[in-house]
Amino acid sequence: MTQTAEQGFDRKDSRLVLAHILFAFASLLLGGFAGLLQGMVRGGVITLPAGIGYYQLLTAHGVLMALVFTTYFIIGFLYSGLSKTCGGKLLPAASKLGWIGFILMAVGTVIATIVILLNQATVLYTFYAPMKASPWFYIALALVVVGSWVSGFGMFYQYRSWRKSNPGKLSPLFAFMAVGTMILWLIATLGVAATVLVQFIPWSFGWVDTIDVMVSRTLFWYFGHPLVYFWLLPAYACWYVIIPKIIGGKVFSDALARLAFILFLLFSIPVGFHHQLMEPGISPVWKYIQVILTFMVIVPSLMTAFSIFGTFETAGRAKGAKGLFGWFKMLPWKDVRFFAPMLGMLAFIPGGAGGIINASHQLNGAIHNTLWVTGHFHLTVATTVALTFFGISYWLIPAITNRVLTPKLNRLGIIQTIIWAVGMLFMSGSMHTVGLFGSPRRTAYTTYQDHPDAVLWMPYHVAMAVGGVILFISLLLLAYNVVALLRSPKGYTEYPIAEASEEAGTTPRILERWGVWIGIAVALILFAYTIPFLDMLNDPTPGSKPWVTW
Amino acid sequence: MHLHRLEKIWLVFGISMLVVFLCVIGVAAFALGMQPPSGHSHSIDPQKVNETPPFDNPRLEQIGENEYNAYMVAYVFGYSPAKMEIPLGATVHFQITSSDVVHGFEIPGTNVNLMVVPGEVNHYTHTFTEPGEFLLLCNEYCGAGHEYMATTITVK
Amino acid sequence: MVKDNKQSPKQQDEQSLKGTFVSVMLLGGFIALSWLGIFILFVSRG
Repeated sequence: MTQTAEQGFDRKDSRLVLAHILFAFASLLLGGFAGLLQGMVRGGVITLPAGIGYYQLLTAHGVLMALVFTTYFIIGFLYSGLSKTCGGKLLPAASKLGWIGFILMAVGTVIATIVILLNQATVLYTFYAPMKASPWFYIALALVVVGSWVSGFGMFYQYRSWRKSNPGKLSPLFAFMAVGTMILWLIATLGVAATVLVQFIPWSFGWVDTIDVMVSRTLFWYFGHPLVYFWLLPAYACWYVIIPKIIGGKVFSDALARLAFILFLLFSIPVGFHHQLMEPGISPVWKYIQVILTFMVIVPSLMTAFSIFGTFETAGRAKGAKGLFGWFKMLPWKDVRFFAPMLGMLAFIPGGAGGIINASHQLNGAIHNTLWVTGHFHLTVATTVALTFFGISYWLIPAITNRVLTPKLNRLGIIQTIIWAVGMLFMSGSMHTVGLFGSPRRTAYTTYQDHPDAVLWMPYHVAMAVGGVILFISLLLLAYNVVALLRSPKGYTEYPIAEASEEAGTTPRILERWGVWIGIAVALILFAYTIPFLDMLNDPTPGSKPWVTW
Repeated sequence: MHLHRLEKIWLVFGISMLVVFLCVIGVAAFALGMQPPSGHSHSIDPQKVNETPPFDNPRLEQIGENEYNAYMVAYVFGYSPAKMEIPLGATVHFQITSSDVVHGFEIPGTNVNLMVVPGEVNHYTHTFTEPGEFLLLCNEYCGAGHEYMATTITVK
Repeated sequence: MVKDNKQSPKQQDEQSLKGTFVSVMLLGGFIALSWLGIFILFVSRG
């Protein structure tokens, strides 16, 4: 459905979206400050004052970055696109559910932050048993998860309403992707909700004596892998639906884009064991089966790479680009709305390659729990996803507040993006390298009593600290830019949604029959997990008592 | 659904490459014995580690010509036995459990890198073909003293 | 103009995605090389 040029974003929805975006950025800034300190501690540049520990900072950093910043931005962004493409505004019920979700998550975030600062939850964002945090930490996490479900229900409600009012029509591509993302999230979070509600909360209150550690780890990583696709899919939605509009092109193939999202829904979840490859208590056969399933989830990303480059090339050639790569130069590099997500895409080349290595069964032993892993996810979530989200913000904030992205702010956005990329080059590059040399992740400053191996790692840790400082500078500039956007001149900013290219043909309707795909996804999960999980449940060995080791 | 000819070629190439990777790691694992840690399930009561053989007596035990079992316990914040001396060229079957929280067990420069989970015994075999003082460290956060949890293994 | 119309849609289609194809093949090459590198490292440490 088209809107007249001057029809801006719905004002009521603007508040909901803006609340999410700003909460996300506040979280990012706080989490980023923790990261800055961590880098400097490991690089031997500073020691922490009494009253704050390295592992407290690390817990805060993980929770604020990987759970709060991401979830808030994603929900805000997806709601904005649903408002824009499904009728021009959110239905009252959808909006209400969005606010309820926001508040539940905010309460959870505040409680978690307090408990972490009080040193009662220094268990890192993966909170592995049998380390036991304050019960309020787990309650806080449960609130964040349940809040996100409520937000998801609001999105489903909006989508279903649109479909009822538009019988027989293909749903807007963005809406389809939003729904796919939230369905994935809902199925995935069942695992972490189960372990938190059934295991951790009763155990941390003392109502049960012991906890089955392998079961809790397995339920967590059942969630932990699709978590990264929850982060990635909204970035992909931007690349598929928004970037083509910005570069003056069209969606490469509506059908293939939807197919990619369906494949993510099917293959993102039954793969958690690839985060547990070095663990006991899981049969090597089931580890390998889940490795095979993991490799299948690489396919939709290979498809996406072709689609994105194809979009670029088609748009470029339509403008007269010649030669093999003329279209590459014709891309709007000076437009931050393109430039930031594009750097994010480029970061996914080593990011994705590293991910394939990590999942490769016994090869994981070369990098498990080393800084290589930290380097990997700083490329994927902290560059690919983060830069895409930053790029989105530079048009989303003005679009929803009826302001303009001024040329000056566009330039500052480009500078902020470049600084981020440089910082990450230093930091992630060093992390990957020193990880291969064996330097462990999640570890405070040490040279292991000046063991020669560890002494060799130090220059890389210093480079990481340098990278961290540069990244924090970029964050400060981002904060300035966000504030400046909120005060920029009034005017209309387009919410860029691309049209589909006709050449790609029609989209098979079966792609939208969610029941079919959810059914297959559940079947795959049952296949991948039932036997090994039952093995764990049937093990009569007693579980572990609580430990507070910090 | 229309797939451009070049996209078809790309996907065939890409998927074939992934299949090759899977075959290589599959053969390496199941035919050549290069498995990730833990071949078989081996549970243990996490509260009774210090009384359950062989972990009631953590040690390096020779079982063959140049072959050893290393029965080890990880705890906050160290390993037991604290020091081991291993003859050059020896094959060591590590068997390790935790008496408290989850720990790591990593020897940088080797493929020895496994998780030590309370309630389970993890297994990994390594042949020490190089002499030296190898760092052994915990690479899974386990508490306030995590960065101190390390020792050395001497191979000569 | 007349020359363009004589090309079949299939031919036009294929010409216009060569850059894309080369780009993704380079990506594939990067994946292959990095994987091989770590594989060799792993085997050498075994």
